[in-house]
Amino acid sequence: MGNVLRVVHYLNQFFGQIGGEDKAGTKPLKRDGAIGPGALFQGIFGQEADIVGTVICGDNYFNEQAEAAKKAVLAMIEGYRPNLLLAGPAFNAGRYGIACGAICEAVVDRLRIPAVTGMFPENAGVELYRKSVYIVETKASSAGMRDAAPRMAALAMKLVRGEALGSPEEEGYLPRGIRRNVFNLERGATRAVDMLLQKMKGNAFVTEYPMPSFDRVDPVSAIENLDEVTLALITSGGIVPKGNPDHVESSSASKYGKYDIRGVERLSPDSYETAHGGYDPTYANEDPHRVLPLDVVRDLEREGSIGELYPYYYATVGNGTSVAKAKGFAEEIAKDLVRDGVKAVIISST
Amino acid sequence: MAVHICSIVPISKTVGANRIVPAVAIPHPLGDPAKTTEEEKTLRRALVEKALGAMKTKVEDQRVFEG
Repeated sequence: MGNVLRVVHYLNQFFGQIGGEDKAGTKPLKRDGAIGPGALFQGIFGQEADIVGTVICGDNYFNEQAEAAKKAVLAMIEGYRPNLLLAGPAFNAGRYGIACGAICEAVVDRLRIPAVTGMFPENAGVELYRKSVYIVETKASSAGMRDAAPRMAALAMKLVRGEALGSPEEEGYLPRGIRRNVFNLERGATRAVDMLLQKMKGNAFVTEYPMPSFDRVDPVSAIENLDEVTLALITSGGIVPKGNPDHVESSSASKYGKYDIRGVERLSPDSYETAHGGYDPTYANEDPHRVLPLDVVRDLEREGSIGELYPYYYATVGNGTSVAKAKGFAEEIAKDLVRDGVKAVIISST
Repeated sequence: MAVHICSIVPISKTVGANRIVPAVAIPHPLGDPAKTTEEEKTLRRALVEKALGAMKTKVEDQRVFEG
């Protein structure tokens, strides 16, 4: 074999020719040589690389028994002593995409060899693994196989040879959120003004820093009977019990706290403080109500303006915390609130 | 239903809040250390009441409840 690279290909039950949805519970298995789309990849590699084995796992099995499946698949891949792993492409198949992402991540991490997969940008596996895995952008369905395979193969060969990669646009993979310093002939101010002029003329321009995409929800209808409603308090201003028991970070928070306020009428500065960095905490620490208005909400509860105050409040720190993290917190908190029949929320932010 | 009482309204708009009540200042959105404790509480109550009012108000699009 000499210098011929050894490649293993990961496929699901469908592309691995085991069967359709009825075989989605298939446990990991391996077959020597290329199978299904592997033949296409082998044709592209020619004499340079050899698909020595194909590892197949059912999409349901992989997603339901994630740890066991990953371990078994990894052991099978390792058994072929590969130089490179290809996974999929998974197109817009969510379970398959998640499996491909997880396997690629594990292979790079444990076996220290490059791995490449392919997915449609809206595949759930992209959101989960784009930062750790090279994911070549594909069309939504397997009709995009012939278009995806050469690009996956080319990127994989570059990685395995240790060649310098260009930008995600140049190489055809989904951006991994990595910033690299490059020298530009024009200074930033010039480039910004050029962009602005293009924008004002209505011409196309390419931003150097795309904004994250924010989702939108339609406003819910007004609440008529606030006096019968349970209201909850949430803050991104970092008000936590003194000592910050959950260790909510002062910036780039990775968590939020949920704190019992049954019977708590006031937030005493002896018992509560802010964990928030980035703003002067003096005022919030002197009187935490300046961030979390528990005192007046208790008054309004007593007076009957609201039905009752939910027995917990939630707090995180909004300082440099990513939109994706915040969205995750919100999803978990909303689950609690919906389950407990909370109909109204006041969120306070510094 | 949520109302966002916040110091930096443009951020609230960007992330998509539909009912927004502008607050006092970043380090003390619901208070003002220049006032007496009592005045501060009155101020805070007015902001929370404005938030409750926003909940009772029908909105079609993002709305900032000023003034």
